[in-house]
Amino acid sequence: MPILVYAESDQGAFKKGAQELISFARGIAEKMNTEVIAAVTEDPAQANLGQYGAHRVLYCNHPALKEFNAELTANALAQAARETVATLVLVSSSADSRYLAPLLAIELDAPYLPNITGLPTSTEPLTFPHNVFTNKATAFTALHGSIGVLGLSKNAFGVQHHPDDASVSNMDLDLPGSSWEITSTEKANNKVMIADAEVVVSAGRGLKGPENWGMIEELAELMGAATACSKPVSDLGWRPHSEHVGQTGKPVAANLYIAVGISGAIQHLAGINSSKVKVVINTDPEAPFFKAADYGIVGDAFEVVPDLIQKLKDFKAQNA
Amino acid sequence: MKILVCISHVPDTTSKINFNADNTQFDTNGVQFVINPNDEFGLTRALWLKEKQGAAVHVVSVGGPETEPTLRKALAIGADEAIRVDQPATDGYSVAQALAPVVNEGQYDLVIAGRESIDYNGGMVPGMLAKLCGYAFVNTCIGLEIEGQSATAVREIDGGKQTLKMSLPLVIGGQKGLVEESDLRIPNMRGIMQARTKPLNVKPGAGAGPKSEVQSFQKPAPKEAVTLAENAEQLISLLHNEAKVI
Repeated sequence: MPILVYAESDQGAFKKGAQELISFARGIAEKMNTEVIAAVTEDPAQANLGQYGAHRVLYCNHPALKEFNAELTANALAQAARETVATLVLVSSSADSRYLAPLLAIELDAPYLPNITGLPTSTEPLTFPHNVFTNKATAFTALHGSIGVLGLSKNAFGVQHHPDDASVSNMDLDLPGSSWEITSTEKANNKVMIADAEVVVSAGRGLKGPENWGMIEELAELMGAATACSKPVSDLGWRPHSEHVGQTGKPVAANLYIAVGISGAIQHLAGINSSKVKVVINTDPEAPFFKAADYGIVGDAFEVVPDLIQKLKDFKAQNA
Repeated sequence: MKILVCISHVPDTTSKINFNADNTQFDTNGVQFVINPNDEFGLTRALWLKEKQGAAVHVVSVGGPETEPTLRKALAIGADEAIRVDQPATDGYSVAQALAPVVNEGQYDLVIAGRESIDYNGGMVPGMLAKLCGYAFVNTCIGLEIEGQSATAVREIDGGKQTLKMSLPLVIGGQKGLVEESDLRIPNMRGIMQARTKPLNVKPGAGAGPKSEVQSFQKPAPKEAVTLAENAEQLISLLHNEAKVI
């Protein structure tokens, strides 16, 4: 019974989250002795998904799927799951995947287990580790029934390379109309998004005012990073809500998280717990963030950050 | 218009998370429970709709009697009626199944739930409920306007936002942005007194049982102490040579 993976694309290229998800599916497939089928809605010729671990690619080629619509994509994936007799359907942690997954689960009358952090700890019953209490703990949850929808936490498994070629076949779809209409989409194309970022540079009230964010943006640009902020900063309107990181904001699972002038409230620390390396820059050595961080500098952001920008430029010039 | 706000009874965001001796259950000792923050934004938005265009606002929670103070708080803030579905809130699937009959019987025009609860972070109840009831669905909703039978909703997407239009009935998975943090209401004495006499109806559990089950919990391993760098240069060297992230 194969594993079906929803492999998302963005602007004509498979997302890194899709590559990681396929690798993760391959890891499960090897434990369960089955194959991995990647379901795609955009031209599969853009990349060989075999290199990440897919055995087959199923092209759900339908004009209504060209712009993401959770209802229709969930319907298409349910058809694909039935057609391939898949027992597991895997989705990522993107906003789109999280939107469609519960709809898909009901279409398939299946449980949905999101925020998975690793391979199954048991295959009978199938049991996965996943983040709960906003990364303050891990739960090991068993699935009942013959089919399940799984959501992988970002950066939990990593992209793995396989020497395979995936065969591609087309899937005929019969889709209903949608019960909603998308009237506009606003998306910043030149900015690194928190959801996809490898590096996130985040700042808090220690910056004293929104006019001081120039150096944070400069540091982020230099590092190819997304910018983020603490809750008080978003509540004060210094930065948009979409940058708010923490328990009621966004989780960040980056390779490197740099916090500038953020004291480290428990809710903020929970939100960034899945990030691999955490750096704090703060004047107060007693700030709780120092207990959660891997590296830190005790110092004034207005001196440390400009210095860091300069030294990073030198570092990049030397390592170019 | 009839609005149903789904409320999760969750540990306060400042709670330290502990488990019982064999790590199979969440230890509620000393934990303060609150309205799930994502639900509270939705409740406030519902009350605005009530005040501006007229609506009956009901709140519902799935759980045991221990969730009633949380429902009473929602009544004290301004909801008109509360419903408790008397069933343990195990997995999201069974919670959605338990809520579906409440939505169908009440013929609500709008159902507002939080994008996710801050305890199990499933983020599935609103979408599952919408699908079970045949309602339209908008997740990560940060803006909502209702005019007659049509709704305009704004959803947060990765790196931006999207505007959608649909006819009621509708389920949204709401979050901050529906209203601001400073718009949240604290119950006043009059509200608290009124809440005591507002209806809180208990309904028996319903729907299919859970499809997943937590076997055990684990807390993260204690962290090693922070490595302090003297200056930016040393930090870059540590990140490059030791952590290998730049």
